[in-house]
Amino acid sequence: MSQLEADNISVAFAGLKALSEVRLSVTPGHVTGLIGPNGAGKTTLVNVLTGFQAPTEGAVKLDGESLVGLAPHQVRRRGIARTFQGGRLFRELPVIDNLEVTGVGLGLSRRAAIAEAQAMLDWVGIAPLADRIAGTLPYTDERRVAIGRALMGRPGYILLDEPAAGMSAPEAAELAALIRRIASELNCGVLLIEHNVGLVLETCDHIVVLDSGAVIEDGPPEQIRASETVRHAYMGTAADSTLPVLEVMQ
Amino acid sequence: MLQVLFDALSLGSLYALGALGIALIFGVMRLVNFAHGDVIAFSVFALLWPSTDAVAIVFAGQMPWFLLIPFILAVGAGLSVLSEIVVFRRFRHASPATMMIASFALGFVIRYFLLMLFSSRPKSISLLPALSQPVEILGARMPLLQLITILATIVMLFALSVFVRKTRFGLEMRAAAENFTMARMLGVRANRVIMGAFALSGALAGAISIILGAQTGTADIQMGGAVMLMAFIATVIGGLGSLEGAVLAGFLLGAASVVMQTVLPPEARPFRDAFVYGAVILVLLFRPQGLISARGTKERV
Repeated sequence: MSQLEADNISVAFAGLKALSEVRLSVTPGHVTGLIGPNGAGKTTLVNVLTGFQAPTEGAVKLDGESLVGLAPHQVRRRGIARTFQGGRLFRELPVIDNLEVTGVGLGLSRRAAIAEAQAMLDWVGIAPLADRIAGTLPYTDERRVAIGRALMGRPGYILLDEPAAGMSAPEAAELAALIRRIASELNCGVLLIEHNVGLVLETCDHIVVLDSGAVIEDGPPEQIRASETVRHAYMGTAADSTLPVLEVMQ
Repeated sequence: MLQVLFDALSLGSLYALGALGIALIFGVMRLVNFAHGDVIAFSVFALLWPSTDAVAIVFAGQMPWFLLIPFILAVGAGLSVLSEIVVFRRFRHASPATMMIASFALGFVIRYFLLMLFSSRPKSISLLPALSQPVEILGARMPLLQLITILATIVMLFALSVFVRKTRFGLEMRAAAENFTMARMLGVRANRVIMGAFALSGALAGAISIILGAQTGTADIQMGGAVMLMAFIATVIGGLGSLEGAVLAGFLLGAASVVMQTVLPPEARPFRDAFVYGAVILVLLFRPQGLISARGTKERV
């Protein structure tokens, strides 16, 4: 079966274990959630999956073939795309150019990159913003541009790093609908990393919970909702921002 | 009055072309290339190749203008790309200060190489002599060269702006200038973009050397220095990394120099540059980020 897989991944920074023996898989057409308290290692795992960080042990496998040692742009060319926290667009460039440069970087001709960029903006629902300078957009639109940019070249997998951060409930609901469409219409495998646990429970087919670098729970939303271990992990951090999460989970 | 305007535009053209050459490279690799002035000098001396004699112009200098101009532009571009490959590529991850010092060193190497071959005595060259004929436009008399300098600069700026906005390479360059790491992650070919920026910058240095050579009728190993200094100041005033800012500030500096030359009392004219630099200090006091603030430094709204 076609899948993107974290196979027993461990990462240590100067002796500190950021990830230990993490297993996770993303399959085309499905949305997998990755949640966990601050510092659980979520972004580190995304960095490993996309070639930004080499694992100390274990391997990233695409359809069984190891990707370890590939540079980020090579991983991207294999069809594994990602977004970054806060969008990280080219803020001085028009929206369309942000997508176009990605297409060109993937090896498309300029003409093909423009056509694909326009089609993608249309698909994401922001075609009228094509000529706006990216840095002038409100952040909800900025996130959509970042997602559109990641979808250039029709990747098989997309890793979304906190796409809903700072969004209101209606904004997050719109985003959830878009994420579902990415999986169903583009048959793309989605890994959704989010602090907004409500969004994850509602959007994902399967959820992996990380705490202190290790997987503490792994299963469908109902199982996560009912898990004592997960409740305890969130309770343990005692950060104010995570308290509403517990209510959502009840 | 018109005369002053044309003087300002033609001097401003030189500064703008120089500033653009510096800003292009700064944009993609945060390097202030102080060897730029020496690339200008080197290109002028290419007119004398392969002779090192003071008067003999046997090869390049005798070419018709439509061969001579591309030749000099190619010499500038070639030397500039070579300096990237041989020197600056090794400093890709070094701090901006280290790269800047490396560029000073490279500048000295080029200058003393010229000194060894051609000695420090300025050489008289007769480059495109037809251009020194006066022409009259709207009642102002000026050398044809001045008019051509202004027109050629406008054409070059226009061509460069189309190139940067409308071509694939330009797109990659704009992305790399704003966030080199991100551009690289997205598959933008870093080496090609950087070498392209060096080639463009070197070709601009070649253009300056043609203008300077035709204006002064001499080849002098020092000749890039003065333009380089003003061009560097223009890139700082323009907002380091901003191409539009560099061009704008180049023209402003040219205008300031010419206007001071005209309005200052005769006794103060020898100190013209002091007044220009004074104005520069004032501008930077009020807008330390430059006239058009540089990429990536804007506040997030």
